[in-house]
Amino acid sequence: MTPTRKRRLVAISMILFAVGVATTLTVFALQQNMTYLYTPSEILAGKVPADARFRIGGMVKDKSIERGHSLTVAFVVTDGDGDMRVEYEGILPDLFREKQSVIATGSMQGDRFVATEVLAKHDENYIPRDVAEAMGKAHQKHNVPEDAAKPSTY
Amino acid sequence: MNTLTLWFHKIGSPPTFYRLAGRFTPWLFALAALTGLVGLYGGLVLAPADYQQSDAYRIIFIHVPSAWMSLFIYFVMAVNAFIALVWRIKLSETLAMCCAPIGAAFTAITLATGSIWGKPMWGTWWTWDARLTSELVLLFLYVGVIGLYHAIEDRRQAARAASFLALVGIVNVPIVHFSVKWWNTLHQGSTVRLLGPSAIDASMLWPLLLMALATKLWFLGSLFARARASLLELEAGKDWAREEALRTGAAP
Repeated sequence: MTPTRKRRLVAISMILFAVGVATTLTVFALQQNMTYLYTPSEILAGKVPADARFRIGGMVKDKSIERGHSLTVAFVVTDGDGDMRVEYEGILPDLFREKQSVIATGSMQGDRFVATEVLAKHDENYIPRDVAEAMGKAHQKHNVPEDAAKPSTY
Repeated sequence: MNTLTLWFHKIGSPPTFYRLAGRFTPWLFALAALTGLVGLYGGLVLAPADYQQSDAYRIIFIHVPSAWMSLFIYFVMAVNAFIALVWRIKLSETLAMCCAPIGAAFTAITLATGSIWGKPMWGTWWTWDARLTSELVLLFLYVGVIGLYHAIEDRRQAARAASFLALVGIVNVPIVHFSVKWWNTLHQGSTVRLLGPSAIDASMLWPLLLMALATKLWFLGSLFARARASLLELEAGKDWAREEALRTGAAP
């Protein structure tokens, strides 16, 4: 390798290394500050400033969906440790159902969360319908809780 | 010089690469079309419907291979950019610059299909979560490389400047890949994993992998075709380019 090329190799490698370190540090810093969502137990623990607009994430609790007149709907979002009542008026995504992960944007009003947008989170599992039905039957027979087969998303 | 470096120098010379690539390109396109058609048929017709999303999940057969390609092509571009910056090999400069438009196209397809899927499934076209945002940054990086390359008059200087941008931007590639692990995102985690079992049924997995192969072949064919045209333009005054033009009947 000629001296010029060696010099270039060292210079470029140094720049790459520096950019890499800078990015790693930024990523670590963002990991602590950049929260896309809060879970119900985090909200109950007072980690969210009052009157702030934020996102709440968790599972829709089983048998908690109450439909009001027209598009009004209320449901409970749970993360296993804490529950939060969420109220929303609007069209819900296709994947919205009980025991589904959802992310709602809005703010606290008293002890309930009033959402302006409700998004459903899809998990990474893709299963053919007949396989899913067979799995469901087997789980019912052996009394396996439904969530046990899936990795937890939060 | 040992045989390996000698061989490398020979392949790296524009006339040799031009001829070799010309021989491979039609085959690559033909194979890409074949695997792509079989993959699409398998994905859109043969694969069973999903238990939650029914037929709407089938966009995965376009979205996921495109997303893989958007990262893969960036990596190929960055490696070529590195070689171009250190060794100043003309072929590497050309290859790096020819990667950018193809990668940008795959990134745009990824963002568009993801958005189309996101509206019915998530309930929104777009959200500023880490995965979506970093993929958008990837598109901007590609567009930046293309823009910088065309903004400078001297072709070789332009290629080196754009190569530098491409190389620095490589830090975004691991961010895109690991964003779903490092942060709480709306986007789901990886379905297909290299290590450990995939979270997708085998009947849905094989068309997906076939599509991944098809996009790779198409990328190679497209890259070779672009690089050939680019090399001819770059070396227009050289003897081999003139001979090539005369041989194919084009005006010299």
